[in-house]
Amino acid sequence: MYDGLAAAADLPRGWTDEQEAGSFRLKPQGNQAFFGCTVGQHSWKTFLLPPRTKLWQAERQGHGVEIVPHQEQTPKFAFIGVRPCDLHAIAVQDRVFLEGPYVDPVYQARRRLAFIVAVNCTRAGGTCFCASMGTGPQATTGFDLALTEILHGLEHYFLVEVGSDQGAEVLQEVPHKPATTAVQTLANKLIQETTAHMGRHLDSDGLKELLYRHYDHPRWDEVASRCLTCGNCTLVCPTCFCNAIEDVTDLTGEHAERWRRWDVCFNVDHSYIHGGSIRTSAKARYRQWLIHKLATWIDQFGCSGCVGCGRCITWCPVGIDITAEVRAIRESEKEE
Amino acid sequence: MVSNAPAHRPQAAGLPTPMLPQPFQIQRVSQETPDTFTLVLQPASGTAPFCFLPGQFNMLYAFGVGEVPISISGDPAHTQILVHTIRAVGTVTKAIQKLKPGRVLGVRGPFGSHWPVAEAAGHDIVIVVGGLGLAPLRPAIYQILAHRAEYGNFELIVGARTPADLLYHKELERWRGRFDFRVHVTVDSASPAWRNNVGVVTTLIPRARFDPWQTAALVCGPGVMMRFTVQELLQRGVKPENIYISMERNMQCGIGLCGHCQLGPYFICKDGPVFAFDQIEKWFALREI
Repeated sequence: MYDGLAAAADLPRGWTDEQEAGSFRLKPQGNQAFFGCTVGQHSWKTFLLPPRTKLWQAERQGHGVEIVPHQEQTPKFAFIGVRPCDLHAIAVQDRVFLEGPYVDPVYQARRRLAFIVAVNCTRAGGTCFCASMGTGPQATTGFDLALTEILHGLEHYFLVEVGSDQGAEVLQEVPHKPATTAVQTLANKLIQETTAHMGRHLDSDGLKELLYRHYDHPRWDEVASRCLTCGNCTLVCPTCFCNAIEDVTDLTGEHAERWRRWDVCFNVDHSYIHGGSIRTSAKARYRQWLIHKLATWIDQFGCSGCVGCGRCITWCPVGIDITAEVRAIRESEKEE
Repeated sequence: MVSNAPAHRPQAAGLPTPMLPQPFQIQRVSQETPDTFTLVLQPASGTAPFCFLPGQFNMLYAFGVGEVPISISGDPAHTQILVHTIRAVGTVTKAIQKLKPGRVLGVRGPFGSHWPVAEAAGHDIVIVVGGLGLAPLRPAIYQILAHRAEYGNFELIVGARTPADLLYHKELERWRGRFDFRVHVTVDSASPAWRNNVGVVTTLIPRARFDPWQTAALVCGPGVMMRFTVQELLQRGVKPENIYISMERNMQCGIGLCGHCQLGPYFICKDGPVFAFDQIEKWFALREI
C-alpha cells in the first residue's frame, strides 16, 4: 500500500510479495532491499485523483442559490518508489485529464506539484506483463529521479538517473558519485533478467483490431459466468478514471454540496438513462471494461489504457486474468 | 459533404470552470404535454449572452437534488434567454417541474457537438423527429428559417404517440401555414377528430421532396425510430455521411472526464451528442454497447 512516509525506515525493507491470479502474499525476502515489493492494491491515482473530492458547495438564498467552488490547499506530493508501469499509468491519466478539450483542475493542480522518484524493477511479480505493453521494467521518462536498487555481494547501493532539474537539485543533497560502467552494466543485466521473468504475457500485436472484430465472441459469456462484477479491477487499475457526481444536501435543505467519487463501470447504474440501463448483463459490462482498456482507449487517447501492472489479475477475487481472456479470443481466431 | 467536426465546438463560454453551475432564474414555464414543459431562463445576475449551437446541451442542476443533461431548444439568435424543454421522468426532472417562475436553477454548458446547420448550406434539408426529439432540433429549424434562402427544399417530419404528445403544437400550426417549407405530422394513434396522418414517421419519408444526393438529414427520437428512419433515408439514397443523429447516454460531467457516456470509442458528451451516421454506424448496431 502507499501511504505517508516519515523516514526511510517506514519503507517495507526486507519484504517482498508473491502474486498470482486472485492472490497476494507478503513474505520476508531474506535481504535488506528497500524496494523488494512490486505493486500492491494502491496506485498513485489515489493521490492525483482522490477517491472522493468535494467540488463545490451551495447555499440557498431566498429564491436564489449561491454556488461557491471548494477551495483546496493543493497537497504537494513526492512519490517514492514509482514503478515504470505506474509512471506510464500517470502519463495515461495525464492524457485523459490534461489534454483537453477540457482539463480537470483537481488533477492538474496535484499533478503539477508532484515530485516523482521512480524505481526500476529488478524482479517481476507473478502477474506482471509490462514487457508486453512496452511500459517496463525500466523507467525511460516521466520521473525526476529514477533509482535502480542494487544488492551485489555485500554491497547495497542505488544507481540514480536524473530526469529533471528539480531531480538534479534533490540529488545534490545526497552523497553520490559518478556511476562506473561496471555498475551500469550490472543494473542493465538485472533489468534484462526482469524482462525475461515476466509472470504474464499479453500479445498486443493488432490488439485493437482483434477486439473490434469480436464484440460477439462466446468468450464474453464464458468470462461473465465467472465475473462477480465487483469492480475490484477498476479500483486497483492505475488508469481507470470513471467518476460519479454526487449531489448531497443537509437536513435543513439550505446547504448543498457536490462531490465526485471514483465510479465503476461494472455497476448497472453506470450506464443508466431514464427507463433503464444500457449494459445490464455482466457480459456487456466486462466487455466494456476490457475493450475500453485495450482497444477503444487507443482511439480516445492515442495510447492503450493498460500498462501491464497486473493488479486487475491479482486483486480479482475469482482470479480472472486479462491476458488469458485476450489469449482465448486470439486463439479462437487461429482455430477458425 | 457536410461536416460538424469537433473543431467547431466552442468551449463552455464565460464559465469560470465548466464544472461550476451558473445560476439562472426561471422567467416562464409552459406546459407542452401532460409530462413535458418548457422553461425560459435568464442569468440570475448580469446579462452576459448565452451563445450555443443547435444540438448542444446543458447540465441543469436542481438545488440539492441533482443534475441532468437537457438539450437546448430555443433560438440560437436569441442569446439573452435560454430555453429548455424537459420531460419529467426522473427525480431531478420532477424536482425541476415543481419550480415556479422566479426560482433558480444551476446551468453548466453549452456542451457537445452540433447539428451541421451552417455547414449544410446549399443542400436540401430533411428533419425527422419523434416525440421529444423535436426539442433538440428546434434551434436548427430556427436557424434554417432565419437563413432560408441559403437552403434548397426543407421538409420537417414530426411524429408523436398521440396528438396530445405533440410538442410546440401552436408553433407547428404556424409553421404549417408557411410556404417556404413543408411540415408533415403523424401520430401513432388518435381519435377520429384527428385529421392528419396516423402511422410511424418512416411512412412519411417517401412523400418528402428532396434530392438524395444533395440532402442533409437530421434525425432525433427514440432509438428504434432513429434506426428505421436512417434505413429509410439510406434507401432513398441519402449518403450515410449526410445523415445526422443525436445519441443519448448517462452523462454526469458533460466534459468527457467521468466515463459514463461512452459508446465504443466515443464520449457522447464531447464527441457527440450529434454524430454523422457513418461515424457511428458500426456501434449503433451493437446491443448493450
